[in-house]
Amino acid sequence: MKNLLATIGRFYYQTYLPFKDKVIYRLTHNRLLRSTHTDLVIFGKINVAITNRRRESVVGLAFILLWIIGYLVFALYPVFYTLYLSFFNVFLDGRALRLEFVGIGNYQAAFLQDPYFVDVLVNYTLELILNVPVTIVFALIIAMLINQNVRGRGVWRTIFFLPVIISSGPVIAELMNQGATTLPSIANYTFIDMILNNIGTFLSNPLQALFEQILLVLWFAGIQILILLAGLQKIDKSIYEAAQIDGASPWESFWKITLPSIMPLIAVSIIYTVVSMSVFSLNAVVVYIRHTMYGLATSDLTTGYGYSATMAWIYFLVMAIIIGIFIGIISLRGRLKQ
Amino acid sequence: MKHFLTRIRAFLVAAKNTVTRCVKTLTKDNVKHFLFGMKMTDGFVYKFVIHALLISLGYIYLYPVFYMVITSFMSMSDLVSANVRWIPSSLNWDNYRLVWEAINYPRALREALMLAFFPALAATVSSALIGYGFAKYRFPFKRTLMVLMILTFIVPPQITMIPTFRMYANYGLLGSVRAFIYPAILGQGFNGAIYILIFYSFFRMIPKSLEESAQLDGASPWQVFTKIAVPLAVPAIIIVFLFSFVWYYNETYVSGIFLGYRVSTEPTGDWLLMTLPLRVEQFFAQYDALFPVGSPARELIQSSRMAGNLLAILPLLVLYFFTQRFFVESIDKTGITGE
Repeated sequence: MKNLLATIGRFYYQTYLPFKDKVIYRLTHNRLLRSTHTDLVIFGKINVAITNRRRESVVGLAFILLWIIGYLVFALYPVFYTLYLSFFNVFLDGRALRLEFVGIGNYQAAFLQDPYFVDVLVNYTLELILNVPVTIVFALIIAMLINQNVRGRGVWRTIFFLPVIISSGPVIAELMNQGATTLPSIANYTFIDMILNNIGTFLSNPLQALFEQILLVLWFAGIQILILLAGLQKIDKSIYEAAQIDGASPWESFWKITLPSIMPLIAVSIIYTVVSMSVFSLNAVVVYIRHTMYGLATSDLTTGYGYSATMAWIYFLVMAIIIGIFIGIISLRGRLKQ
Repeated sequence: MKHFLTRIRAFLVAAKNTVTRCVKTLTKDNVKHFLFGMKMTDGFVYKFVIHALLISLGYIYLYPVFYMVITSFMSMSDLVSANVRWIPSSLNWDNYRLVWEAINYPRALREALMLAFFPALAATVSSALIGYGFAKYRFPFKRTLMVLMILTFIVPPQITMIPTFRMYANYGLLGSVRAFIYPAILGQGFNGAIYILIFYSFFRMIPKSLEESAQLDGASPWQVFTKIAVPLAVPAIIIVFLFSFVWYYNETYVSGIFLGYRVSTEPTGDWLLMTLPLRVEQFFAQYDALFPVGSPARELIQSSRMAGNLLAILPLLVLYFFTQRFFVESIDKTGITGE
C-alpha cells in the first residue's frame, strides 16, 4: 500500500508539477534533508519536529537574513575594531598601525587627565536633553498642521520638506558660516534675557543655547515631520468621527486617539533626533573627537586615534543611555495607561 | 421731484431692511458659528491660528532659502553696495552660468541622480523586508539583534571611518556606485537602521487579524508580505525612498571618501564619479585656491557659491513637489475596525 502511494506520488511530481515546485520538491526530499508533514529529517537520522513556533522563527530569520549578512560583512568590523583600538595607544608608522596596549588607561585619561572632554560632553548632553523634546513637539505640531485641509497643501508640504534637503547636505554648513540660520531678532528680546538672568547658570546655559539654536533645532526636525505625517495619515478617519459623535473635542481626541496611535513613530523620531544631532559634523563633541583623532599620537594618552576611539565609545554610551531614558519614559507612560 | 423723493424713500427702506436682516443674523449663535464652526475645526479662529502658525514656521524655513536665492542673483556691484540688501538691482544669471559651465551641470546631474536612485531603491526594498521580519515574527535573539542594529547606528561615522575605509578598500568597492548599492541591499546603507525602524513601526500598526485571515485563506508568508503588508505601507515606502534618496544625493563626508574624492585644489583632467554637492564644493575649493584669502575676488564669489548650492538642491525640490501627492489622504484599506 505504502509503495503504491509512493509510486503515485513520484509519477505525479515527475509529470505534472510545474518546474518551480519540482525544484522545491527536490530540495526538501533528498538524503540530507527530508521533510514529512510533521518532521524534518536531517541526514536521515536526526528528527526535528516542525512546530508553529519553529516555522515562525525560520520565516522571520529568512526575512532579516539580508540584514544579518550585511551586519557581518559591513558593520561588525569597523565598530568593534574601534572598541578594540580604544584599549590601545595607536601610532601611525607610515601606512601601518603600531599598537601599544594600555588597558583602561585611555578611559581613565578621558575622565581624569583631559581638561576639556568631560565639560564638552556634559554641556552637549544637557543641550541634547532639552533639544530633543523641543524638536519632537515642533515636528508633531508641523506634521499636524500640514495634515489639515489647508489650501495649497502641496506648497506647504514642500516648504516643510526643505529642512530635510538642506540639513542633510553641505548647504547647512554654508548657511551657518554666513549666519543665515540664526534669527537676528531673538537676541534683541530683553524678556528672554530677564528670564535667563533670574535662573541659575546650570539651567540658563543650556536654555540660552536653546534660544540661540532654535532655528537649528527646527532645521533638524525635517525628517521627523515626515515620519509623523506618514503616521498621522495611517490613522483611520472614522475613529475621529466616532469620537466626535460621542462628544469628544479635538483637544481630547488628540490626547486619546492621535498621540497613542503614533507613539511608536514618536519613539523612532526620538532615536533619529538623538542620532542625527550626535553625528552632525559640526557638533562640539564630534569636532573635539575628530581633532584628537588627527592629532599626532605621542606617548601622551590624550592624543591619537586610540584615545579618540575611547572618547567615541564613551560618547556612544552616553547617547545610548539618553535614548534608553527617552524610550523608557514613553513605554512607561504607555504601560501606566493600561 | 416727487418721483425722486419716492426713489430715495424706497432706497432707505431697502437699506433699513438689509441692516435689520444683518443685525438679526448677527446673533450670538451665528457669530459663534462663524468663529468656531460646526465642529471647531472649520471655524474662522481655528483656520486663522493654523495659517498664522504655518506662515510663521514656514518663514523660518524659507528665510535662508530666500537669502540664498537673492544672494545668488546679485551682481558684484550689488554685493558691495550698501543700498542693496534684499532686492538685487537686476536679475543676474551670470552666477548660474558660471557654475553650470564649470561643473558641466547636465552630465553631473545625470551621474548624481544615478548615484542616488539605485542605492535608494535598494535601501527601500531591503529595509521593507527586514522591518517586516522584525515586526511580525518572533525568533530567538530578536531583541539582541535590534539593539545591535541601533548600536551601530549611534556610532558617529567620523569615528569608524578609518577601519571602514580600509575594509571597503579590501573589498575593492571604492570609487564606484557599488560602494553604495551593496551595503544598501544588505540594509547597511546611510541611516539604514532608521529606515528599518520606520518600516518596523509601520508594519506593527497593521492589525494582526488581517494577516491571520490571509493565512487561513492559504497565503504563504511571502504572499502576505507582498499582497497585504506592502500596499498598506505606501506612506512608509514613499518616506523611506525619499529620505534615502535625499541622503544619498546630499551626503558629502562618507560619499566623498568612498568615491575617492580629494579636495584637489588644482583642476585635474579626468572626470571622477561624484555627487553634485561634492562637485560644487570641489569647484569652489579650486576657485579659492586661485585667489588668496582677503582678495576681493574671494569675497565676490559668495553669490556664485549660493547659485551653485541652489543648483545642487534644485532636483530634490522638484522631486519632492511631485512625490508629495502620493501621500494619499488616508489609507483606509484595512477594512477592519474596532482594533
